[in-house]
Amino acid sequence: METASKEGELALSEVIVVTSGKGGVGKTTTTANLGVGLASQGHKVALVDADIGLRNLDVVLGLENRIVYDITDVTGGHCRLRQALIKDKRFEGLFLLPAAQTKDKTAVSPEEMKELCGELRQEFEFVIIDCPAGIEQGFRNAIAGADRAVVVTTPEVSAVRDADRIIGLLEAAELRDPKLIVNRLRSRMVRQGDMMSIEDIIDILAIDLLGVVPEDDMVVISTNRGEAVVQDDRSRSGQAYRNIVQRIKGEAVPMMNLDEGGLMYRLRRMIGLK
Amino acid sequence: MLDFLSRMFGREANGSKNIAKERLRLVLVHDRASVSPQLLQTLKVELIQVISHYMDIDEEALEVTLDSNENQVALVASIPVKGMKRTTRSLAGSI
Repeated sequence: METASKEGELALSEVIVVTSGKGGVGKTTTTANLGVGLASQGHKVALVDADIGLRNLDVVLGLENRIVYDITDVTGGHCRLRQALIKDKRFEGLFLLPAAQTKDKTAVSPEEMKELCGELRQEFEFVIIDCPAGIEQGFRNAIAGADRAVVVTTPEVSAVRDADRIIGLLEAAELRDPKLIVNRLRSRMVRQGDMMSIEDIIDILAIDLLGVVPEDDMVVISTNRGEAVVQDDRSRSGQAYRNIVQRIKGEAVPMMNLDEGGLMYRLRRMIGLK
Repeated sequence: MLDFLSRMFGREANGSKNIAKERLRLVLVHDRASVSPQLLQTLKVELIQVISHYMDIDEEALEVTLDSNENQVALVASIPVKGMKRTTRSLAGSI
């Protein structure tokens, strides 16, 4: 089984798990934006909602009305993987494997998850797994089949503390060098010294930075509509997610100027300097 | 302008982020230490190895703990010494 799945793998195929420890920091939003961002560039992407019992990736993507089967139907042998995958009609190559809503976190085992990831590798270039909050079985299942991990945090003590715990657990599970996304950064508060800066957070967590997403109303507005902000050319959070997508693909993209939106930036923009 | 003024009046130095950072630094020392109880055990074994070069110690009574108070965490080792070694070969060799 193991060798069979290896042979069929696409050359670039990669399984990435999006984790955080703390809930509500933006794992699902990040997963959706990475998926849409990669798919809109023509990549074949499968998004897996591993948050069994608390299904959410479907509503964030606007696909909640199209679910027939879920992940436990696949692992339980009630349907084939292909039947459970929902195709996002807006983007060629984007598919969602939804979580079960009625079962609990133990409904899928780490072995089943590994097998599932192996199967998805054969068809998709990127498999992105939305991990549940917490460090229990659901977390262990979600990371079981992953090649690399992304840790999402916000610039708050509770989220950073939990991120540190998750980084330790990922490394213990042989998922080396997880990459950090700092979400919901408020640059005005950082300038005033009332919010930890990127440097502060990196200094504490000692891991590589994958990207910084500024706090942006457009994230809420897009999510309300079941769309991903990465598609919005004008929003700064959309730009931040597009940059992260390029970095996931291995390109070196400089970090965004976080002072954008500040007074000087807006002035310069008004007089046409940028 | 507002930013400039607030910086002028040293708001940054007193910003709450420094409090956040300091609190985090401390809590993570605890979190990281408590993640692996084996770590203290390994440390103990290695401490015994090093100290036995120089003195006879009561290995059974040796205690190693992480002690914390409000603003620092200290490694506290209580090591009963039974006697000094007359010939400290490793020491003599290094001089």
